[in-house]
Amino acid sequence: MKSSNWFSSWFNAWYIGISLGCFILAAPIGLVFVSVFFPQAQIWQHLYSTVLTDYIVNSLALAFGVGALVILIGTALAWCIARYEFIGRRPLQWLILLPMAMPAYIIAYTYTGLLDFAGPVQTLLRETFEWQYGDYYFPNIRSLSGAIIMLSLVLYPYVYMLAKTAFSEQPASLEEASRSLGVSSSQHLFKVVLPLARPAILMGAALAMMEAFADYGTVQYFGLSTFTTGIFRTWFGLGNGIAAAQLAAMLTGFVVLLLIIEYLSRRKIRYYFQGQKAQQVKRQKLTGSKAFWVPFVCVIPVFFGFILPVLQLFSWASKTYAKQLNSDFGLLLWNSFYLAALAAITAVTLALLFAYGKRLNPIKPIRLLVSIVSLGYAVPGTVIAIGAMISLSWIDIKINMFTEAWFDVSVGLVLSGSLFALILVYSSRFLAVAMHNIDTGLARVKPSMDDAARSLGHKPLQILRTVHVPLMKTSVLSALLLVFVDVLKELPATLILRPFNFNTLAVKAFELASDERLMDAALPALAIVSVGILPVILLTMLMDKPSKHSSQVN
Amino acid sequence: MKKIISCMFAVATMLSPLVVAEQVNLYSARKEALIKPLLDKFTQETGIAVNLVTGNADNLITRLKSEGEYSPADLILTTDVGRLYRAKQQGLTQKISMSEAISTLPNNFRDEEGHWLGLSLRARPLMVSVDRVDPKTLTRLDDLTGPEWKGRVCIRSSSNIYNQSMVAALIAQLGESAAQEWVNGLVNNFSRSPQGGDRDQIKAVAAGMCDVAIANTYYLAGMLSSEDSTTQEQAKKIKVIWPNQADRGVHINISGVALAKNAPNKEAASKLIDFLLSEESQLWYAKTNHEYPVLADIAWSELLQSFGTFKTEQVPLGQLGELNAAAVQMMDRAGWK
Repeated sequence: MKSSNWFSSWFNAWYIGISLGCFILAAPIGLVFVSVFFPQAQIWQHLYSTVLTDYIVNSLALAFGVGALVILIGTALAWCIARYEFIGRRPLQWLILLPMAMPAYIIAYTYTGLLDFAGPVQTLLRETFEWQYGDYYFPNIRSLSGAIIMLSLVLYPYVYMLAKTAFSEQPASLEEASRSLGVSSSQHLFKVVLPLARPAILMGAALAMMEAFADYGTVQYFGLSTFTTGIFRTWFGLGNGIAAAQLAAMLTGFVVLLLIIEYLSRRKIRYYFQGQKAQQVKRQKLTGSKAFWVPFVCVIPVFFGFILPVLQLFSWASKTYAKQLNSDFGLLLWNSFYLAALAAITAVTLALLFAYGKRLNPIKPIRLLVSIVSLGYAVPGTVIAIGAMISLSWIDIKINMFTEAWFDVSVGLVLSGSLFALILVYSSRFLAVAMHNIDTGLARVKPSMDDAARSLGHKPLQILRTVHVPLMKTSVLSALLLVFVDVLKELPATLILRPFNFNTLAVKAFELASDERLMDAALPALAIVSVGILPVILLTMLMDKPSKHSSQVN
Repeated sequence: MKKIISCMFAVATMLSPLVVAEQVNLYSARKEALIKPLLDKFTQETGIAVNLVTGNADNLITRLKSEGEYSPADLILTTDVGRLYRAKQQGLTQKISMSEAISTLPNNFRDEEGHWLGLSLRARPLMVSVDRVDPKTLTRLDDLTGPEWKGRVCIRSSSNIYNQSMVAALIAQLGESAAQEWVNGLVNNFSRSPQGGDRDQIKAVAAGMCDVAIANTYYLAGMLSSEDSTTQEQAKKIKVIWPNQADRGVHINISGVALAKNAPNKEAASKLIDFLLSEESQLWYAKTNHEYPVLADIAWSELLQSFGTFKTEQVPLGQLGELNAAAVQMMDRAGWK
């Protein structure tokens, strides 16, 4: 009897807490959907007869192109790193993650500078062979395929991280079983290893595709007509905010579809991490020609996704740094770092609570609420930011009216005019990233462990802290890292909501680059990349630990 | 969580503008690098602190609107007249009190009711290859739609406000159907699907991909005074042609400022406007970003003089904002990406 009382009281507290949290986070996104109730027939007629097909086709092609490419790159890399031993494997393990620190729009600017018709590569070709325009073929970087490659180069680590964990956690017994049944190693790969890792791989790909759907910087610079550019065009160019929000709602609809597909694909699969030491697969030492080309192949994505653009940025920055390196720049660095850290901690804490609440009360309404909030990831930052601005300003005005009536002072814009607005938007936008990681981590902890801890009289929050979090340390850390890096690179929301006299590296880099001053943008861009590297290194150091840790668990 | 939130608030209050002696709050669509030095000088001279948020003009207008009567903003600075018009249209602005500096402004650079005014002038002429184009063959914007220019024209995306304003001005002067015809003809002569910014179009002409581009002059000027020698070389292959000098004039736009309706520091804001119209500031615009001064008696820099003088369109600038949506639809119909 006692235990059921305890359970129901917790049930209510969790339920209310989560609903409230979700509601606050979802409000900015919800505003987007309210727009659906105000039909804009004329504008839609115009859009339909002119540009809408382009928006749909290009956005889908971009997202699925990126999805396919990141699966290819990420899975191949994860497989090599998890299963083979070769020269340079250890440094490669974290080098591979570095492109994550590179904002997509920066890599797009850099490659355009390099490969454009007027850039150094083509100019050199023309001068060497005395070609003119039209004498030769050179792929156009500012194209749909160009954008797919740019985005994939910086997004493949999502798949890599999740796939690598999945590969290295598969117990050696599986391979032994395959071998004893006479299954060849390639058959084992396609029939056992990949299907088992599929949820992780697809989850990584889904994240990358959501980023691709929401990308604005790259497609705008490349002149592609996608949903995001269309939203801005409709809003600012046609001056119709409601139709723009409807476009945003339609874009979000695509993402819902994507998430449903991803969910259906893994609905029947449940894997649990036993919490005991499973014999891990021994990495195979490579010999002969393989020992040469495997590391070589592994370096390619890092080279193009990180090393080459960074070198280009360095060469630009070396010409401009003297003017820019001053105390203001130090402040920019600090602002960016602490804002990202604050947002990462907030988002991951919320994700932990939501994910755990969902586990505790696996009922439909809670699951639905949590998935609605996760949609924020695919809504362009600007749209969420405007949603947050409108709702927070409204609350602010009410607060001011209240304080003026009762205390005769106006407190000013305490919510919309402060960093609170930014943290809210970051949490709302990047909760999906944190949730995905934490969900995967949590799903691998056997429910029997919860029962055991509960039967020992621990309360849910206590269990979360003492049992789950330690068991899924890697997932929590990668969630923290991903949100941190995402916030560091985040641009549109920061641009719209930041308080007076507050700038970040991303804002600075963007302002200069959008003013077509790529060379001046190089230094802040490099700084974003270097601040972003710190947690990447930290994470890889910690990622090596859980194998030791799990052996202590039993 | 509590700790985080209280910490957040502490940081936020630290960063939000404190109540100091005298200050003015500025929402600026002009990039920080292109306004901050001037503001610092203003603070030095007057002791009035300037708090700055930069961003996209439309976002800043939305912010101003949603903050309502508690908005801290005093002034909103934009880089095109359409946005000033839009702010006024939404009832977010008020009349700027007349001053000596403002009275010297040409009428066209000022709102009829005095809600906004221009701070610098931007021109959007034709830029052609020095080697491949005889300037005599191209004197009007309308020439560009002819068959001899097929596959030779570079221009950026129609999502860009400069192109939207340019087409809006054409609608105002030629009427809907003639403007649509011009847009269709231009798109038909594109050398490539629009991509990149104005500088990229100039570079494409320099590299021989196309022969004529439409771009704002300060981009070319910026390239000419670049520290990078390759950029300079590219810019030197370009010649500016001022179109329609015998008839309606070249397309222009302004960067300007509007006074927010609920400006808490109106007096300080007026002082800042006067400062931005002073000879010192006007010269600074010309020197730093190579824009033309709005005041007639300010001398141009040598670089600007080298482009030559020009006759400008006489469309009331406020109309560009009014016709902006029509312009975008027109370009959509023509398939201008």
